[in-house]
Parts: sequence; C-alpha cells; structure tokens
Amino acid sequence: MTDVTARPALLPSGYDDASADVGGTLPAMDADAVLLRRLRDGDGQAFAELVERYHLSMLGLALSFVPSRAVAEEVVQDTWLAMLRGLDRFEERSSLRTWLFTILVNRARTTGVREARTVPVADAGPVVDASRFGPSGAWTVPPEHWVEEAEDRVDAVKLSELLRVGLDSLPARQREVVLLRDVESLSSAEVCEVLSISEGNQRVLLHRGRSKLRQVLETELGGGAR
Amino acid sequence: MSFLSGLLPARFRPRGLVCQEVVEMVTDYLEGALSPADRRRFEIHLADCPHCTEYLAQIRETIRLAGGVTPEDLTPQMRTDLADLYHRWRVEG
Repeated sequence: MTDVTARPALLPSGYDDASADVGGTLPAMDADAVLLRRLRDGDGQAFAELVERYHLSMLGLALSFVPSRAVAEEVVQDTWLAMLRGLDRFEERSSLRTWLFTILVNRARTTGVREARTVPVADAGPVVDASRFGPSGAWTVPPEHWVEEAEDRVDAVKLSELLRVGLDSLPARQREVVLLRDVESLSSAEVCEVLSISEGNQRVLLHRGRSKLRQVLETELGGGAR
Repeated sequence: MSFLSGLLPARFRPRGLVCQEVVEMVTDYLEGALSPADRRRFEIHLADCPHCTEYLAQIRETIRLAGGVTPEDLTPQMRTDLADLYHRWRVEG
C-alpha cells in the first residue's frame, strides 16, 4: 500500500551521475511552491497536504536529535507553528521544505541533548570490512549479486521495513544526511544548508551511511555472505 | 621489506586503484567530487573489475530503494492535533 498521492516518487530512474540529484529535486520543489502560494492565501487544505507529506519525515529527523518521541513530536509541532507564523517573512531563497527542515533542525538542536556543533565525522575505519579484501586490496569475499532480484525476492513493504530499520540503526549524523538526501531527495546543497555542515562533511556522512545500508541489504538479500 | 613483499605481486597492481580504495571513493564518484584524474582511475578500475561494478550497482540500488521508503501513516490523533494547531494559528493571526 504505497500512498502515491502523499509522497510523489522523487527519484525518476536512479542516480546515473552527479547531475541526477538536481533533476530528482525539482518536482518536489514545484509542488511545494504551489502549496506555499495556497498557504499564503489561507488555504487550510494546503496545510493538511503539507502535513501529510512532511510530518512523519520531520518526526523521524527530529528523533535523531532529541531523547524521546514525545519531545520529537513537540519539536515538530513547534516547527509547524513557526512555519505558519513565518509565512509572511519567508523570502523563498530556499525551497519550502528546505526552510521547514531548517526550522526543525534548529529547534531540535536547541531542545536536544546533543551539542549543536559536535564534530560530525564520527566513526572511522573502512566502510567495507577489511577481511573481505586480500593483502593486495582486491576482493576475496566480493559482494554477492542481489540488485535485480531484490524486489522479486522480498516484497516492497518488507524491503521498506528493512531499510527503515537500517536507517534507524545508523549513527545520528549519518542518519540525518541519508534521510534528507536519499529518502527525502534533497540536493546536497540543501542538506548542507539544513544541517549547517560543509559539503565535505556531508559526503563523508553520506558515504558511511549509504555503505552501511548497502551492507544491511546484502546481508538480507545476498545469500548470507558476512 | 616484508611489508612491501606482502603487498606486491606487482604485475597485478598496475598504477591503478585497488578494490579496497574503490569502495571508499564510490560516494565521491557519484557526487561528482573526484578530481578528473581520480575519476579516470576509478572508471578504468571499474571497466576491469566486475566485483566493484557490482558494488557500485548495489550502492545505486540502495539509494534508489531508500528513495522508496515511506513513513507509516499519520495517526488520526496527529491529524486532529495539527488541524487544531492550524485553527489556533488562524485565530491568533
């Protein structure tokens, strides 16, 4: 039961190169621009649609900063109110959702136990277990093939659940970046803006997060290597 | 030196990248953040290495699948709370 109306498919055919990230972002921005106009016209239905689209995403992101679901819900509600109150002042230098996520992260940071400026590049070490390579650096336990079969072998709901659990198990900073980039399809520039991190940090966090998610999928779908 | 002799069979190691390096460069590659020289070395390695090609395909598939992750549905309570919030704001404004 994929609810296509609430969350339009943002990624067309896949990331073939770096430019794909821009293409993947545009439809959502356009839709948001329309919603913004309606919001400013006092259209309550537009608010409801925005809530359908972003409320749970924001909740998931907020949870990365604050200690409990109850606090996260409070932060998200505050964010909605701040957005409504700021509608007149919003200058549209960023997209509506970037603005929304930025308000959220700022509020979550001031509320949360985590320091706003913790050093992001947390865990070090290789992203693929060193034991899978020989002394020359070549694969000895190569990745098992699962790509085309993934959706045949496991139904979409199970796959989504698997990724959800994988995302939840990521270190907070990595989860934030992967959620915004890959789940919400924000561009790298938008993610840097929302989280106030540099492009370089963003890439490191994304790299570690994606690599771990791949490992989760391989473990589940790859026939059991590792 | 024993360290180097462990690393070699030099004929298997042309000046290119090894798999273990390639997996660490995948994100920079996809983000267009590699220098032209590194990008070339990366692609030369891929052309010759089915395992790293598979690895890259899996990272792309991971990204694609992550894009399909949908949150659970909003609860009726959430909808009510947020509708209330909206109305409170309308009144206050």
